[in-house]
Amino acid sequence: MCLAIPARITALHDGAMATVNAGGVTRDVSVALLEAVAVGDYVLLHVGYALHLISEEEARETLRMMAQTGLLQDELAEMAGTSGGQGA
Amino acid sequence: MTAQDLIRPGAVIEMAHGGGGRATARLIRQIFARHFANPLLDQGHDAAVLPRPVGRIVMTTDAHVVSPLTFPGGDIGSLSVHGTLNDVACGGAWPIALSAAFIIEEGFPLADLDRIAASMGAAARSAGVPIATGDTKVVERGHGDGVYITTTGIGVVPDGVEISPQRIRSGQAVLLSGTVGDHGIAILSRRQGLEFGTGIQSDSAALHRMVADMVAAVPGIAVLRDPTRGGLSATLNELAEASGHTITLNEAAIPIRPEVAGACEMLGLDPLHIANEGKMICICAEEDAEPLLTIMRAHPQGGDAARIGTVGDAAAPGTPGLLRMTTLIGGMRIVDWLAGEQLPRIC
Amino acid sequence: MKYVSEFRDPVLARNLARQIAAEADPARQYAFMEFCGGHTHAIFRYGVHDLMPKNLRFVHGPGCPVCVLPVRRLDDAIEVAEKHGAILCAYGDMMRVPGTGRRSLLSARAAGADIRMVYSPLDALALARENPQAQVVFLGIGFETTAPATAMAILQAQAEGLANFSVLCNHVLTPPAIRHVLEAPGIDPEQAVRLDGFLGPSHVSTVIGAHAYAPLVARYGKPVVIAGFEPLDVMQAVLMLIRQVNDGRAQVENQYTRVVTDTGNQKAQGVMAQVFTLRPAFEWRGLGSVPDSAFAIAPEYAAFDAEQRFPISDKASRETKSCECPAILRGVKEPKDCKLFGRACTPETPMGACMVSSEGACAAWYTYRRAEAMGTPAPALEPAQ
Repeated sequence: MCLAIPARITALHDGAMATVNAGGVTRDVSVALLEAVAVGDYVLLHVGYALHLISEEEARETLRMMAQTGLLQDELAEMAGTSGGQGA
Repeated sequence: MTAQDLIRPGAVIEMAHGGGGRATARLIRQIFARHFANPLLDQGHDAAVLPRPVGRIVMTTDAHVVSPLTFPGGDIGSLSVHGTLNDVACGGAWPIALSAAFIIEEGFPLADLDRIAASMGAAARSAGVPIATGDTKVVERGHGDGVYITTTGIGVVPDGVEISPQRIRSGQAVLLSGTVGDHGIAILSRRQGLEFGTGIQSDSAALHRMVADMVAAVPGIAVLRDPTRGGLSATLNELAEASGHTITLNEAAIPIRPEVAGACEMLGLDPLHIANEGKMICICAEEDAEPLLTIMRAHPQGGDAARIGTVGDAAAPGTPGLLRMTTLIGGMRIVDWLAGEQLPRIC
Repeated sequence: MKYVSEFRDPVLARNLARQIAAEADPARQYAFMEFCGGHTHAIFRYGVHDLMPKNLRFVHGPGCPVCVLPVRRLDDAIEVAEKHGAILCAYGDMMRVPGTGRRSLLSARAAGADIRMVYSPLDALALARENPQAQVVFLGIGFETTAPATAMAILQAQAEGLANFSVLCNHVLTPPAIRHVLEAPGIDPEQAVRLDGFLGPSHVSTVIGAHAYAPLVARYGKPVVIAGFEPLDVMQAVLMLIRQVNDGRAQVENQYTRVVTDTGNQKAQGVMAQVFTLRPAFEWRGLGSVPDSAFAIAPEYAAFDAEQRFPISDKASRETKSCECPAILRGVKEPKDCKLFGRACTPETPMGACMVSSEGACAAWYTYRRAEAMGTPAPALEPAQ
């Protein structure tokens, strides 16, 4: 359950409101459930509220682990020296 | 009397405009005749007389209701022209004339009607198809949603062109002329209570010129169909059922604008269920796929044309054909009809 | 879309599938419950099944708030709009769900009730401001993900003195429902489902934190891996569950580290604790009465509680009798075991809880894989061009 999408904060407003951009779509949302937030942060958005900050570092680490999973030995060798993220 | 006399600031449609008297005549003259002017309409008869066509005749009709009446990339006027021209084109035909019937709600601003008629006239002129005849009725306030427009189109289909789902065969290619979901998301972005900011424009456009080139190059095209209400899934499910064949799409090949994908993520919608108003599905023999894609891409309405799938085996006797899709990650799933009205969801 | 498309990558999916196949012990059967309807939906929508080994089974859990809302509570919402003339605001998910006598919010609206679809409780607050003469009632549904937004709306209404705003509160809680599935009270142990572990909820966990599952894992000895909702997240979490099972471990692990922390969103937890109070028991459609599993509005905020504001009548609400949803929601049966499935019961005419929302197990099976569920031989898998 609970459809929530990543969105980037593009502007902060009075009353704990913010404008976000989610894949090119903009909307005003509440950031009242977050302790602190800055323009440029990515947040997880649900029913008009930002629910949590998204950690860029953790996302990169998850993708790095995925990229190393299931590779055959020769593929691993091939990847040595190149970075892991293969995301679109 | 000049147009400005009728469309003075604040002027609205009154019941008299539909009464058939002088007010009706003035409305037709100053708004519709002015914007639609063409030799067929200018005959001024109850019935337009058309020259004898060469080829078989196709005829189609479409009632247009849309809220909001004006949306990014168009309005109900241009939409009512494009929608019917595209239905004519789906028969592999060249459109030769349109009719237009208006049901207008009492109190509707004349300036808005004038703007809609202007957009409709411009769409018809740009398509090169005259609005040959029309009708206007007025309904009491509260009995309509501003304005409804029904357009009927007549076209001529060249000999040798036989567009029919019965001609769908295993191994044929499924082509799509461009991105999915633009129209539906453009409309949704302006719906009350859901407003969100986006640069998405409706794809509302006339496709008959692109189709004429396709049909001229490949008269043996099996199916042409515009995926309007219910989106790509409704149209392809209809074709799978009518033909008794499984159709398999490739999710990664279906063109979609990032903003449309973003809006769908936000609202929990499936882009394959979202309406299009300027896209054409074409099912053709494998060897015709590349030449047809080249022709489609040469038209402004077909720039993003892509091969999105393949017709598979005939379904077992007594079972309907199925629409399915290889997913982005390489799994397989059914692509179902939309169940009921498309509603945004939060979970 | 950043943080979305990377997690749908076909090459990474293929590699994860290869690793899962390599590590899954062919001598074992793996049964993992995805508690959350969001996972159910992702698994079906992306065809994750097709990338899993044959000896691995997903068991679909009761984590869909639309599915588990009892008919009675929906009937109450319709009554508030129809009998008490309130403007009822609901999420789009609720609009089509049939109540008693197949009446839904949509059909009540068609019959003249003022029912508005909203995207956020903020929209309901705006309606209350714009219509000071009317009562505006927000139908609050959802798990811990959605409840903080409802709580914030109540606090906002109080701060603004919006006396015409109230909430019909139906928020439910995840850990008590997981406990209920594991304890299967009143169910013959022979009939209870065998589970090897849980895919933990994505967005519920952003609020309650990974630590919230520790007592369940300690007590029942089943691994929980909190997983994101994208298909690669699900696959990686499955791999983590397989490793725990193979090692004989039972721990809370977190795959979805980009938004889930050990302690969750404490500010959100704080507003929930402030505005809500625990109901001693709450009826879950399909599961029956589950202790300590739902929020009511706390007495301090009773002024915003629609249950207090409106005299809601006792009425005879009815569930469909021959529906197998109770067993399906516990993972004991599959949709294909229900004789209504795909015949009397479809997404257009849902009879039971699991068909009413696109996240329910029956709706997912029907929408995405009904050929198999209905016994029609599925066409051979051949790649599309």
